[in-house]
Amino acid sequence: MPSSVHSQDNDQSMLDAQAQNQEHIEQDESVLEQKRIVVLPGATDTAASFQFEGEGHTLGNALRYAIMKNPEVEFCGYTIPHPSESKMNIRIQTYDSTTAVEALEKGLDTLMELCDVVTDKFTTARDTFNAEQADRMES
Amino acid sequence: MAPLVPSHEELERRRMIDVNAETVTNIPSTDFPGHWPGESHEWSVDRFRDGFRVEFHQNKQFEASFSLIGLDASIANAFRRIVMAEVPTLAIEWVYVHNNTSVIQDEVLAQRLGLIPLQGSVEGLNWMQWYNKGSEDEPGSASELADYNTVVLRLDVECTKNPNAARDETDPRKLYKNAHIYAKDIVFHPVGRQEQFFSDEGAIRAVHPDILVAKLRPGQKIEMEMHCIKGIGADHAKFSPVATATYRLMPDIKILRPIIGEDAKKFAKCFPKGVIGLESITAEDERENAEYRGHSGELKAVVRDAFNDTVSRECLRHEEFQGKVKLGRFRDHFIFNIESTGQFDSDILFLESVKVLKLKCARWKRGLTDLLR
Repeated sequence: MPSSVHSQDNDQSMLDAQAQNQEHIEQDESVLEQKRIVVLPGATDTAASFQFEGEGHTLGNALRYAIMKNPEVEFCGYTIPHPSESKMNIRIQTYDSTTAVEALEKGLDTLMELCDVVTDKFTTARDTFNAEQADRMES
Repeated sequence: MAPLVPSHEELERRRMIDVNAETVTNIPSTDFPGHWPGESHEWSVDRFRDGFRVEFHQNKQFEASFSLIGLDASIANAFRRIVMAEVPTLAIEWVYVHNNTSVIQDEVLAQRLGLIPLQGSVEGLNWMQWYNKGSEDEPGSASELADYNTVVLRLDVECTKNPNAARDETDPRKLYKNAHIYAKDIVFHPVGRQEQFFSDEGAIRAVHPDILVAKLRPGQKIEMEMHCIKGIGADHAKFSPVATATYRLMPDIKILRPIIGEDAKKFAKCFPKGVIGLESITAEDERENAEYRGHSGELKAVVRDAFNDTVSRECLRHEEFQGKVKLGRFRDHFIFNIESTGQFDSDILFLESVKVLKLKCARWKRGLTDLLR
């Protein structure tokens, strides 16, 4: 074993695997800790701009679409104010029946639902296709 | 009041992006609440599930092609961007050069090594975690090196003369031993639990064993240790799991008025092979369309397979086809093409991208609850 790599321990009992899992979760938490949404100044209940650190067009445009799908939202847009800062701003203005924060939360939920459907349908389509290909190979 | 439901024709029209001779029109999506008076375009998972379809065209390790139908461009683009830049893979990050007397410089060699795509047991790769490099502001914030965040590879080669070579041999590969160093010469050194996760078939190795890394001459030596970590394409292209991940919109060709005889042949030549077919005009055609009258037995142009069209618009340049043809693309039919570099199968990469997007949303949702507290 190269001296420069310290394997944490060479014991491979179940206990260790669990300990490592624990660590895995902790690591994720620390990542979560860093994810902070900042509400930019000038916000009211129904109109606010949120700043996402470390995000770009990937989430920006997808989230904008999801939020705009909500009929209680009057306006939603996103921008990357400066290309060399990895910050993404989302502006949400809603009607009086909801708040900007709720609209944002609903948008995130929408995206997550969408992801589940895509995974589902994609897996089914792929498995069917693979089975058909296998059949064709045999015949 | 129940929301208005637009007619089928209207919906088909909205699905189309018009490709004209010099412009592209009807580009933005309009399926938002409030855009069309009286219509509901509110998000509904059930409606999305009903309208969403996946069709596979090809599914191989290094290339997968499939259509996603019934999706907005913003979502399809998010998946594409995530596949290229945010799906994690393993690549060489640090190279410790103990000895390098070859003509290729340390830094150049290190750069070449980093770009070699690696493969290994997928289970093991998923078990591996991020290695936190830490920041300069906080020394000591970097992760400890461990079996679950670092893979060690070694390259120890020395070039020697081949005593058995023929006298008049000129090929350096026969004249010397180890004259050419390939990716297969890189050796995996499992540590700790890696021995279980990356055993036998699942060992970490180069996807393509015959990548030329360096050339040596007798007496020259390379001795180095390489540390691989997980990373994402946004950080460095070597971590990108794909060669390319692209999509294009499904083309559509509508022949509005008959194209007959020599014109039909010329029309077919405006498109890639197989897109436009030629069929002879039947008596039925004559009865149905006045323009076919008297052309029985001649050839007419029909759209056979718009999928392979490149939408070159060549047909729009010719006088004789003016007003007879309409080109377009379906705004919600994305033909994806994902070419994996080999660490994961191409179809798995797409599923990973969906997972990454979902995880991103979940994390930001957590951040949002912090905000509310």
